[in-house]
Amino acid sequence: MRMWAQSHLCQQPQQVRSVLAAAFALIFLILGSSRSASALPAFARKYGLRCSACHESWPALNNFGLKFRDNGYQLMNDRDAPIWQNPGYWPVTFRITPIWHRVSSLQQVDVYTAGNPLPTSSTAARITSSGFDLSGLDFHTGGTLEKNISFYVLPSSDPTAAFHFESVMARLDNIGNSPWFNIKVGRFELNNLLSEKRILTLTANGGVYQTYHFIPVGDGNIYGQMGDNQFGMEYVGHSLDDRTRISAALLSSNDGNVNLVTGGNNYSGFFTFDQGVDFGKLGVSRFGMYAFVGQAATYYRTTGGTPTTPGAPIPGSGIDNKGFSRVGFTGQFYFGPHFDVNVVTQHGEDNAWFGQGYGNPIAPSNGSSTASCTSPVPPPGCTLDNIPGVSVLPMGSRSPTWNGYLVEARYVYSPQLIFLTRFEAERMSQQATPGTPLNLGNVTNYVIGYRYNPFMTSRAGFAYHGEFNLFHQDGTGPINALGNTTSINTSELLFGVDFDF
Amino acid sequence: MYKNLLKWSLLLSVVVALCLSAASYAQLTTNQQQEWLTSPAASSHVGNITGAAKAAALPYRRYCVGCHGPLGDGNGENAQWINPKPRDFQLGIFKCRSTPTGTLPTDQDLYDSIGRGLDRSNMPSWNALTKQERADLVAWIKHFSPRWQNEKAGTPIQIPAEPEVTADRVKAGQEVFRKMECWKCHGVQGMANGPSAATLSDDLGRPISPFNFTDGSRPLCGNTDTDIYKIFMTGLDGTPMPSFADNIKPEEAWDLVFYLRSLQPHNAFNAKEKQIANQLGLKPVNPNAPAQ
Repeated sequence: MRMWAQSHLCQQPQQVRSVLAAAFALIFLILGSSRSASALPAFARKYGLRCSACHESWPALNNFGLKFRDNGYQLMNDRDAPIWQNPGYWPVTFRITPIWHRVSSLQQVDVYTAGNPLPTSSTAARITSSGFDLSGLDFHTGGTLEKNISFYVLPSSDPTAAFHFESVMARLDNIGNSPWFNIKVGRFELNNLLSEKRILTLTANGGVYQTYHFIPVGDGNIYGQMGDNQFGMEYVGHSLDDRTRISAALLSSNDGNVNLVTGGNNYSGFFTFDQGVDFGKLGVSRFGMYAFVGQAATYYRTTGGTPTTPGAPIPGSGIDNKGFSRVGFTGQFYFGPHFDVNVVTQHGEDNAWFGQGYGNPIAPSNGSSTASCTSPVPPPGCTLDNIPGVSVLPMGSRSPTWNGYLVEARYVYSPQLIFLTRFEAERMSQQATPGTPLNLGNVTNYVIGYRYNPFMTSRAGFAYHGEFNLFHQDGTGPINALGNTTSINTSELLFGVDFDF
Repeated sequence: MYKNLLKWSLLLSVVVALCLSAASYAQLTTNQQQEWLTSPAASSHVGNITGAAKAAALPYRRYCVGCHGPLGDGNGENAQWINPKPRDFQLGIFKCRSTPTGTLPTDQDLYDSIGRGLDRSNMPSWNALTKQERADLVAWIKHFSPRWQNEKAGTPIQIPAEPEVTADRVKAGQEVFRKMECWKCHGVQGMANGPSAATLSDDLGRPISPFNFTDGSRPLCGNTDTDIYKIFMTGLDGTPMPSFADNIKPEEAWDLVFYLRSLQPHNAFNAKEKQIANQLGLKPVNPNAPAQ
């Protein structure tokens, strides 16, 4: 659902933009007085509960919603089986978000001189664009096939309506009538206490948890991304009141991509534990740990290659596995019904081969033949194929390591209005190549926003959404006129109507 | 200009959101509710937890109002789709109590109902809420009925210790089932198909079904032997299920618990009762049989 930044040059005069902004605000004021929407979100319709029963603000779960999800989308009464529903009941909800957004970022821009139609050089320049836009479309369908047998299917599109399966999973719940034994199979949301799939923000950089996606500059490992849905099998257990939760997942190291294009014969494990503690009037706070450890291929057999052209990687042929890990702490701290703070820390480490750009075969195989990828510090997206007997790690190569920090504070004014702010910092603690500036690739991200639901029923979700994001990454921006690499500095402003039916 | 635009947009969006929210919040805090909040009954006591009604305004709105309605009259927007209907808190009549029929439940009774949920209804278990939140909600619920301002909660009934399950007790329980004419509603095999079953309605005139002991359903007010015992001896107020406290002795009530357990499918609570019933070869009660 996150929005993607646009990068075309904004040519509108400043005055026009101000007028547009004023008109936009007026539209929001008018819309604010309407209460016409009414619909049937899948779970709320089934159980007759308002969105707010399960969500602190949709889609972020509160403790009751977490328990509902952990029970396999069941309230654990005798109304869980679909036989209780009207035969016409179909648990489908769609979500889409028309938006207005403004993106400002540094980009590499060609420089022209008078009389010459071709660029003579390039430099870093700030590009600002704004306009009305659209998110992708999600079709959420989930529920129970029978008591204690659950499913979730989420076909999701990008803004051009190109669909993929974001989530497809079946789950056996409460095996042996015990909440401690639940098995999930398919492509699913990882059991993160603070799940990116339930993020409350929508901008390109603010709509993801940077901590869950960070990889060092030039690193070829795309497999440790906790924010992405993953393929595999997951065991989940929890206490009756859901205060204690554990999970262990066996995942394919393919970052949720189908057809094994990014590997095969290599697996990862994702493990979580968290404990809720009832602090009385403060609420239930949770403390947890997680570990994402695994291996992924750095070499792929190819086909169709010739002495002059590299072949294409054969899906599923990945070998020469190397390791990676992401471990950390999560906490959700409630300070009464109005205020809570979410914290995630992470220590990440990739094998030195990944650090030198070996790994992801989605990029052209044998990318080492390209000049850019043979540079001492391969640029982001450049991945290499570790050819046994041929590839050699640069002298002194070592495992890149880093630390991530995320703090998200939420102020819940009422079940219908929430304000939030988030600060994230990703800091390299060791670069793969000695001599590389330690701060290269460091990320700092800040977002502030609100979501306001003008009405709250069990039939539909509708929110006015406003958000502002600042993103900074050291040393990975465009090259300026002096030939120096700049840092990425991007700001995004977004307003939208986020609705589901 | 760039910074000014950002600041202006952010400020405006916050102001808009606050204005809209304030209008929405005003709907909750009516004069009537403000009066409730300041009444003496605006608290609950569950163990060592004191619940405050005022603190439950938001949780009630978040979790409960969709069914029970903003005024607690059971007319939330979902009520029309729900069967059985949500409880009308304004009446101050509750099914699940530890107190004699006709009396108000204790705070603990209401607290237990919130945490346990009510099976065979849309009321889920809210045990994911904190104990404090549940106690606050009890206080809030009590505001909806003037009964709590005029009456005190009933005194919980005395429940003797549960005796050992024996064949004699199971047989005696069957005789109580026959003698008290439980079969008229619940059926001779406990299948909720007695001759009166189709005619039952609650105090508000809405059709209601007796409990079916044989389909695996959990009893409405809890699934322990003590919970079932309490149902006979307190009744389910507002429904046709009366209290038998004046008609049967405590030991007979325990006998009836054991017999009803034998009618249920195998579960975690009735292994011995089922074994005894099988050994005895118990047949369904004969309504016309002479008293033993």
